[in-house]
Amino acid sequence: MLARGHSIHRVFFLDAGTVAGSANSVFPQDESNPARLWSNLSLEYGVDLVICISSALKHGMLDQVEANRHQRPYPTINPLFTISGMGQLVDACAQSDRLITFGG
Amino acid sequence: MAQDNSRSVLIVLRRSPYGSSLAKASLDVVFANAAFDQAVDLLFLGDGVLQLLPGQDSHILGMKNVGRLLASLPLYDINRVYVDAEAATRYKLDLKKAPVNTQLLGDAEMHQLMLNHDHLLAF
Repeated sequence: MLARGHSIHRVFFLDAGTVAGSANSVFPQDESNPARLWSNLSLEYGVDLVICISSALKHGMLDQVEANRHQRPYPTINPLFTISGMGQLVDACAQSDRLITFGG
Repeated sequence: MAQDNSRSVLIVLRRSPYGSSLAKASLDVVFANAAFDQAVDLLFLGDGVLQLLPGQDSHILGMKNVGRLLASLPLYDINRVYVDAEAATRYKLDLKKAPVNTQLLGDAEMHQLMLNHDHLLAF
């Protein structure tokens, strides 16, 4: 999509999808590494990767702020991801001419 | 109705209410849209029609009561709630006792409904 000149405003991760932002996932060498693929989207194209906060907390996905707030010893998400609210999904819907839902 | 600068959004709910956390998460999305004044319409599709079962008691599961959440939809001005008629028949659902007023749609009508919206959010 990006190669065809489209721009991706945001990827929003909900429910179990939030674990895509884990900093600690380890994948076998002969399997694809989705964590690295997401990171590349952010690093190469500046795609905004947002993890839903209510789902994130339930799945143990914490940034430094949330780790401090909930007295957990360390953050668990890749810092290329941002934890935020569902307003980010509503905003992305309103701003984008196309919306794609995956999985579920 | 949707605001002038916003896009029409249809949220498609396909999950049974307590089989996973996704039914609750998708309702959170519904209410988030309402909180940000983004009008949404709802379509309960396939197993999702089970969210409309009357008399749900989720207490023993330790999960929020999906039926009770749905009963609050009119408070958020969400009044267009559509149901997959074939699935409702398959599950012998009594929609007269459902937590919210709904409208049954056949396959062709559901297709048209999807075409009539700018965005589909499917869970």
